[in-house]
Amino acid sequence: MISSLPLLPPFLPLLIGALAAIFLRGHLRSAVMLLTPIWGALQLAALEPGLYWAFEFLGYQLEPVRVDKLSLMFGYLFHLAAFIAVVYALHLKDTVQHVSGLSYAASAVGAVFAGDLLTLFVCWELLALTSVFLIWARRTDRAYSAGMRYIVIKVLSGVLLLAGAIIVINETGSAKFSDIGLGHEGLLNVGAWLIFVAFGIKCAFPFAHTWLTDSYPEATPTGTIFLASFTTKVAVYALARGFAGTELLVWIGVTMACFPIFYAVIENDLRRVLAYSMINQIGFMVVGVGIGTSLALNGAVAHAFNDVIFKGLLMMTMGAVLHMTGKINGSELGGLYKTMPKTTILCIVGAASISAFPLFSGFVSKSMIMSAAIEQGYDYVWLALLFAAAGVFHHAGIKIPYFAFFAHDSGIRTTEPPKNMLIAMTIAATLCVVIGTFPAQTVYALLPWQVSYQPYDLTHILTQLQLLFFSALAFVWLNKQSMYPPELPSTNLDSDWLYRKLAPGFLVPLYYSIIESMARVESMAKSGIKRLIDSSYDEAKEQPKGYFAQLWPTETMVFWVALLLAGILLLYYI
Amino acid sequence: MFAQHLPVLPIILPLMAAPLCILLGRSHLAWLLATLVSALSFVISVDVLLTTLEQGVLSYAIGGWQPPWGIEIRIDTASAMILSAVTGISTLVLVYAKESIAKEVDPSQHTLFYTAHLLCLTGLSGILSTGDAFNLFVFLEISSLATYTLVSLGSDKRCLTAAFRYLVMGTIGATFILIGVGMLYMKTGTLNMIDLADRIAEFNGNRTLKTGLAFILVGVSIKLALFPLHMWLPPAYTHAPSAVSAFLASTATKVAVYVMVRFIFTIYGAEFVFHTMSMDILLLALAIVAIFKCSFMATVQSNVKTVLAYSSVAQIGYMILGISLVSSVGLMAGLLHIFNHALMKGALFMAVGAVLLRTGSVDIKAFQGLGKQMPLTMAAFTIAGLSIIGVPLTAGFVSKWYLVTAALEQQQWVIAMLVLLGSLLAIIYIGRILEAAYFKEPSELTAGKDIKEAPMLMLVPMWVLVIANIYFGIDTSLTLSAADTAAQLLTQSMTEIEAAQ
Repeated sequence: MISSLPLLPPFLPLLIGALAAIFLRGHLRSAVMLLTPIWGALQLAALEPGLYWAFEFLGYQLEPVRVDKLSLMFGYLFHLAAFIAVVYALHLKDTVQHVSGLSYAASAVGAVFAGDLLTLFVCWELLALTSVFLIWARRTDRAYSAGMRYIVIKVLSGVLLLAGAIIVINETGSAKFSDIGLGHEGLLNVGAWLIFVAFGIKCAFPFAHTWLTDSYPEATPTGTIFLASFTTKVAVYALARGFAGTELLVWIGVTMACFPIFYAVIENDLRRVLAYSMINQIGFMVVGVGIGTSLALNGAVAHAFNDVIFKGLLMMTMGAVLHMTGKINGSELGGLYKTMPKTTILCIVGAASISAFPLFSGFVSKSMIMSAAIEQGYDYVWLALLFAAAGVFHHAGIKIPYFAFFAHDSGIRTTEPPKNMLIAMTIAATLCVVIGTFPAQTVYALLPWQVSYQPYDLTHILTQLQLLFFSALAFVWLNKQSMYPPELPSTNLDSDWLYRKLAPGFLVPLYYSIIESMARVESMAKSGIKRLIDSSYDEAKEQPKGYFAQLWPTETMVFWVALLLAGILLLYYI
Repeated sequence: MFAQHLPVLPIILPLMAAPLCILLGRSHLAWLLATLVSALSFVISVDVLLTTLEQGVLSYAIGGWQPPWGIEIRIDTASAMILSAVTGISTLVLVYAKESIAKEVDPSQHTLFYTAHLLCLTGLSGILSTGDAFNLFVFLEISSLATYTLVSLGSDKRCLTAAFRYLVMGTIGATFILIGVGMLYMKTGTLNMIDLADRIAEFNGNRTLKTGLAFILVGVSIKLALFPLHMWLPPAYTHAPSAVSAFLASTATKVAVYVMVRFIFTIYGAEFVFHTMSMDILLLALAIVAIFKCSFMATVQSNVKTVLAYSSVAQIGYMILGISLVSSVGLMAGLLHIFNHALMKGALFMAVGAVLLRTGSVDIKAFQGLGKQMPLTMAAFTIAGLSIIGVPLTAGFVSKWYLVTAALEQQQWVIAMLVLLGSLLAIIYIGRILEAAYFKEPSELTAGKDIKEAPMLMLVPMWVLVIANIYFGIDTSLTLSAADTAAQLLTQSMTEIEAAQ
């Protein structure tokens, strides 16, 4: 039946769903919104690899739809994520959230199928414009200003991308978006770097990551699910397409995998903890892209695939907690397992997946990246990733379920979340287990590069289990000694004694001092801009003042005329 | 037989119709006549544009007096392209003006408004068509005098001061141009542009000619509101009736830019102005300061018309920037931006005029909550605003794209970055207004009032321009080929000289 329908660009079904959501209400809207991701995914299945709807614009060949295995994998992933997020948000009556959620998913799909830099740029900006409403939909002042900061950074990333794209297109003569790479000559290098930085901002590279931890926890409980699924994954896709095998990415990725752990451990807002752990997971993917072998790239995209599902699951459970109790701070929660047993179990499944327990989805993809690192001789990277993996287990695997559902009884008595939320979480949890148990039939089947990899061998499982159990032991012991929650960041220390000394003693203070000095520069720049605005704009009367408000008298204008004329004449006579 | 007279008709028709408007005496009839005449001129201009694209330059000897003795009408692709934009915008503005001036202009002066508008159109068409330097000055004065009248028709008393300041500055500018043309005539003994170009080349750097160039450049810079000679513009556009602001912002200054292109490229020759006199550096510097200073000024204004006026000065900076890059692509980007900017600024001022009609104010506070109350008007404002910013799929993107391309072609990547940074400022000043319209509750200015959507006669021309913004952002074949042909023609002499060297 579907095949008789005309072939549409991949992003169109979701966009049609978004448009329909503007006008429809009630059950009809729910039905349409549920059907569009399925329709879109079936569309994808009908697409053969190749170029579609190419046309000429400003003298360049544009390829709005390019289908290959890499884009198809992300395409399926985004439709799946959109479906789960739609189910999760089904109980809402807020049209703004429904429309922006679906159109946001549509722009993400558009971005991964974009075959040229200009289409990519358009989708890049649309991603920012559609997603910001999910933050604003919280309708608090904090959310409004967080959304503003979010959109400014996103637009900046877009401008950088456009500038880079223009340079690259001009230098190479082609608008095609394929391998760009760093280390070119002259102007082309500037363009490549601009694009790299633009991708990096969306990918939450260190120092450019603040938008993520700033804004995601401010979004609505349902909006965060959409946010967590698309933007950063599009950036990972773009890096894999444009900068695969760039060694710099290995080091950036390692930093991303390690530094958020310190923040996540001391953070109280549980959704912000998840935001930090998101950066940490993206770090793994970036390392994979940086290594650039087919095993590593496969690991990166497989991990992106799994991350969307298990991070979405964790976000959903925390969203459910926030939705039911109105609280999300670890210190205010606890003991919820008595009244939300199903949510508790689902959260633990998510926690097990993100911590890469064998038989859960995180394991099969994370181990690919780790194996690729060791294969290519990145021993220290491997160690750092091991440390990061243990850290994840700590803050996401143990801390989240422990503080929300167990710990001391906070006295909150609530009920399970609405049915649609439970269903969405169950779908995600089932996927986590199925992918973790049968990777070859699920995720591995979609992988874009040819590689045979077997995650379940003795060494892998043993290493991983050892890591996890010692990590858990450390948590239990520290908890017993009342050293947790730690003002001491030294809890993260089960992976290697080196980091016990190095990290808290040296790296953390260094990182803090860099952050501090950056904040100082930022505040200086801000006060400078504020002074400029203060001198030109009267806040109380809402009108310009000072130099900018005065009406130039005619003689001043004439003076300028005379000056300019005299200047030009003088110039001529010299 | 008749077709051979077509080039002169866009000048003659409005000139003849202007006094008729006064004689008709009734506002409604005058409106009908003016609109019809303007529409007819538009159709003829498009026909002329298509002809020039096929056949090249059209020449018409007025009264049968052959050039260089008689006055020549000489239309090439550059003039025909801008002529189509000017007459097209004029027609749309006239359709729009009926409802708009009913509120903003005293009823006894309605016929005067249409007369002045047609005279202004006569002047602008004349400037664009003529091949005679002195004749150009005459038409410039016709359009300017009509413009001062139009500005002073506003119901706000401050429009009189604004018109007076405009008058003083405009007259100084016109006088300078006249002095310059006088010097040219003194030295060469001719006024025909082609003839002038030939003879100036023979003189090879005479002091009188250089002084004449200085006077002309400064005079035209006043007319086109080049920073720092732009000070007359913001008050004039702020206090003039909205229909007048829409018309002037999208045509008058653009035609002045065209005059500058004519004098630089056709009469003096780019080689002389840019290489011998190094005027490109001066223009480039002024253009960049204009972009940044005036965009910043636009971000702190509370009157939305003033915001748009400052934005106009900044956008003129982009056009001059394109010209001063001294390349075929740069000139093409400048010409393209003249055309595209007419589309966007026209739509923006029309939307603001509709808001003024319904809310009685153009303060940014009056825009609060309008996203719900006047959805069509604000949607038009949003799309035209996106075009000003230069978002892809709008006309603004196309011209910015070529500006950046031209800058990169010259290896001036700092300038390319500055162009993009300038767009960021545009995001701020357009964004402030959109924020008020879509995210704020109605202020005390409009709270409790029942605000309706703008009338059909205003919405239709507004949306025609908005759709044109999108159309020319996607299908660029017509504008691009016209601008490209025009730029090739104008820079021909330059490339020949370069080839000879």
